[in-house]
Amino acid sequence: MESLVWLIPLTLFLGGVGLWAFIWAMRSGQYDDLDGAAARILFDDDLKKGG
Amino acid sequence: MSHIGRPVCAHCGAPSTTRFCCTGCEGAHALVQGLGLDAFYRRREGAGGQLKPLDAPSADFASLARAGKGGTQTLELMVAGLTCGACIWLVEQALAAEPDVLRARANLSTRRLCVSWQGEAARGNELAALVARLGFRVAPFSPACLRASEDAEGRELTRALGIASFGTMNVMLVSVAVWAGSDMGPDTRHMMHWLAALIGLPTIAYAGMPLFRSAWRGLRAGRLNMDCAVSLGILATAAMSLSETIRNGEFTWFDGATALLALMLAGRVLDRAARRRARQSAAELLALQEGAVTVLGEAHPVPLERVKPGACILVASGERLRLDAVLEEDVALLDTAATTGESLPRHFARGEALAAGGVNMGAPFVARVTVAAGDGSLAAMGRMLEQAEQARGRYTSLADRAARIYVPVAHVVALCTFLGWWLLAGLPWQAALVPAVAALIITCPCGLAIAVPAVQVVASGALFRRGVLLSSPTGLERLASADHVVLDKTGTLTEGRPRLLPGGWTEADLGLAAALAAASRHPLARALARACPDVPPAAGVVEVPGAGLVLGETRLGSAAFLGLPEDAGMSLYLARPGAAPVAFRFEDSLRADAAATIQAFRRAGLGVELLSGDAPEVVARIAAEAGITLFTARATPEAKAARIAALTAQGRRVLMVGDGINDAAALAAAHVSAAPAEGTDLAQAASDFVLMGGGLLPLAEAVERARHAQRAARQNIAFAFGYNIIALPVAVAGFATPLIAALVMATSSLAVIANALRVGR
Repeated sequence: MESLVWLIPLTLFLGGVGLWAFIWAMRSGQYDDLDGAAARILFDDDLKKGG
Repeated sequence: MSHIGRPVCAHCGAPSTTRFCCTGCEGAHALVQGLGLDAFYRRREGAGGQLKPLDAPSADFASLARAGKGGTQTLELMVAGLTCGACIWLVEQALAAEPDVLRARANLSTRRLCVSWQGEAARGNELAALVARLGFRVAPFSPACLRASEDAEGRELTRALGIASFGTMNVMLVSVAVWAGSDMGPDTRHMMHWLAALIGLPTIAYAGMPLFRSAWRGLRAGRLNMDCAVSLGILATAAMSLSETIRNGEFTWFDGATALLALMLAGRVLDRAARRRARQSAAELLALQEGAVTVLGEAHPVPLERVKPGACILVASGERLRLDAVLEEDVALLDTAATTGESLPRHFARGEALAAGGVNMGAPFVARVTVAAGDGSLAAMGRMLEQAEQARGRYTSLADRAARIYVPVAHVVALCTFLGWWLLAGLPWQAALVPAVAALIITCPCGLAIAVPAVQVVASGALFRRGVLLSSPTGLERLASADHVVLDKTGTLTEGRPRLLPGGWTEADLGLAAALAAASRHPLARALARACPDVPPAAGVVEVPGAGLVLGETRLGSAAFLGLPEDAGMSLYLARPGAAPVAFRFEDSLRADAAATIQAFRRAGLGVELLSGDAPEVVARIAAEAGITLFTARATPEAKAARIAALTAQGRRVLMVGDGINDAAALAAAHVSAAPAEGTDLAQAASDFVLMGGGLLPLAEAVERARHAQRAARQNIAFAFGYNIIALPVAVAGFATPLIAALVMATSSLAVIANALRVGR
C-alpha cells in the first residue's frame, strides 16, 4: 500500500495534465473548424501566409 | 473528373459541350492557372456545377473592414460553396498570392473567411470580388451568421463535458480499486473515498452548472423537467456519498453521479452540434439574400438598415424590392408573388405604393422609400411572427411529457424507501439514505434523457444529408404527428420562375430568340436562354431596358415594344423583317417532383390542400396537374392564417409549406411548417424545416422519417421505463451496489443509443 503514496499523486497529476491540455485546446480554437482540420492535414505543400 | 461521353466544364464541373460552360468559368480557370493553383482541380471532391462564377458581390465590403494596428485591415466574409478541403486551400492561396494580404484563413465548418491586409479599406471590395471570380459566392458575415456559429452556450457545454469526463474517469479509477480491493483495510478505503470526494465534488459543482441552471429555470416557471430529476439525482447522490465518506461507509457513489453527469452532457453536446449545422446553413442562405440597396447619390450600395425614408432607390431588373416605397417612374412591372401569391407580374403606375418583397420584372426603376426598414411591412411581419413563435414554443416534447409522469413517481418511491428503512426497519437515517439514493440514481432517467436526444441527432443528421434542415428542437416530433398538409402554389408547388411553354414556334425561332436573350438579365429572357442553353450569345445586341432587345432588324421583346396588342400572360415576341411575329409564352410550371410528393403525402395518410393568392383559373389548373382536389384561390395572408386556424380548431395538425411573405403568418400559425430554400427569408424564419436542393419530395420522405424517429423515441422511453421497473426493487431492497448501478446505467444507455442509430439508415 505504500506505493499509493506516490501513485495517487502521479495519477492526479497526469489527469490534470490531460485536463489542462483539453482546456488549452478549446481556448485556442482547436475545435472551431473540425471539418477544415480534417482536410488541411492532407495539404502537403507549404501554405503561404495561411496562419 | 470528366466522364467519357459526358463532357463537363473544366472549372465548375457542370455538364458542358465545350471546355467551359460559360465565360465566367473560363475566366476563373485562367485565374486559377495564372496563380499556379491548378492542383485544386485534382484535389476537390465532387460538387459539379456549384462553382459557377455568377454576379459580382453587390455589398460594399470596404465599410465592413475593421482597421487594426499599423494600417492593417481585417474583413470577415461568409463564403458559400466551400465544400471540401481543396476549396479552402484555393481561397486561402488565391488571397495569399496578393502581395498586400497578410493572412487569409477560411473555416470549413462555419464558411467564414477572415482576411487581413495592409493598406486601404477599399481593397476589401477587390478581395471579395477575387473570391467571387473563383466561383464562390460571398456575403458579409452578418450578425445572424455570427449568432449561428459563435455559440457561447455550446462552448460551455463542451468544456463542462470535458471536465465531467475527466472527473468520471478519475473517480472510476478509485471506485474500481474499492470494488476490487476485497483485502483493502478500512483506513485505506476511507482514504480512497476521500480521494473520490476530492475529485467528484468539484467536478459536479462545476460541470453540473448547465443542468442545474436549466432545472432552476424549469422550477421557477413551475415545470418539472428532465433536468430537475437529473439535478436532484446527482445532488442527492453527491450528498449521500459525502455522508458515507464521513462515516466511512462501505461504498460511495461519486462514480455514478459523475458518470451520469458526463452522459447527460454528452447527449446535450451532440444535440447542439446537430442543430448548429442546420442553423448555420439557414444563416448562410439568409446572408446571401441580404443584398445592399442602391441609393441615388451614394457611391456604394447602402446596407438596408441605413436607408432613410425619403431616399430614392434604384431597383435593377430582377432585383427584389426590400423596402416599402412609392414609384417615381411612370410604370413598373413587379412580380408580387412573394407578397400576394399572384403568379403574373403586375403593372404599377407612378405614385402607387409598392410593398417590400416584390421582384422587378421590367426595366430598372426609381422609387422613393416611405418607411425605414425597421418600421416597414417586412419588419412588422417579423414582429408578428415572433409572437406566433412564442405561442408554439409552449409545445411540450415527448421527453418532457414522459418526465412529468415519471419524475414525481421516482421521487415518491425514493422518499418511501428512505422512510421505510428509517422508520419501519429502524436503520439510522444515514444508512436509510443509501437505498433511497440508490433508488434515485438507478431510476434517474438517464436512459430517458438520452432516449430522445439520441434519436433527434441521428434523424436530423439523416435529414440534413437529404437536404432538409431542421431548425426547431421539437420540429421533428410535430412533423411526425402532422395529418394534413397545406401547400402554397407559387414558388412552393411550382418552381417560382418562368419556364417556356410549347407553342407555335420552330427550333430556328427559338435558337435565334435565345441568342438574343442570352445578352439580357430580364427574368423572361433568362428563361428563354435556359430553354436553349447551347446557343452562343449573339454579338451586338442592344437592350432597350424594360422593353426588349434589338439586333439589327430583329427584335425580341414585350408586345408593346413590337407594337402588338397587349396580352395577359407572360410572353415575349420575336419580330423579323418579312415574317410574322412569333410568340413565346411562359408560365410558372409545376416542380418536377410535385405530383410524386402529393402522392407520397397521401400514402403517408395526410390530407392535401392547396392555398394560393393567385387567380382561380391558374390555381385550378395547377391543382389538377398536381392531383390536388381541395384548393382555395385568391387567399389573402389573413385568409391563409384563418384557414390554418380553422383546420386547427377542427383538431387537424397542419403541416404548412410556403415560401412567400404572404405565407409567413400561416407558416407560424401551423402545427409544423416548411419553406423552400429559394423562398423569402421571412418564410424561412417562420418555418421549422428549410428544404435545400429545390425539391419537395424530401419533405414527404421526412414525414416518414420523423414518424420512424418518433417510434424509436417511444421504444426508447418504454425501454428505459421497463429497465427501471426491474432495477428499482433491487435498489429499494438495498441490494444495489455502485457497481450494479454503473452497469445498469451503462447498458441501458448503450441499448437506447443503438436503437436510435437505426433511425439513420
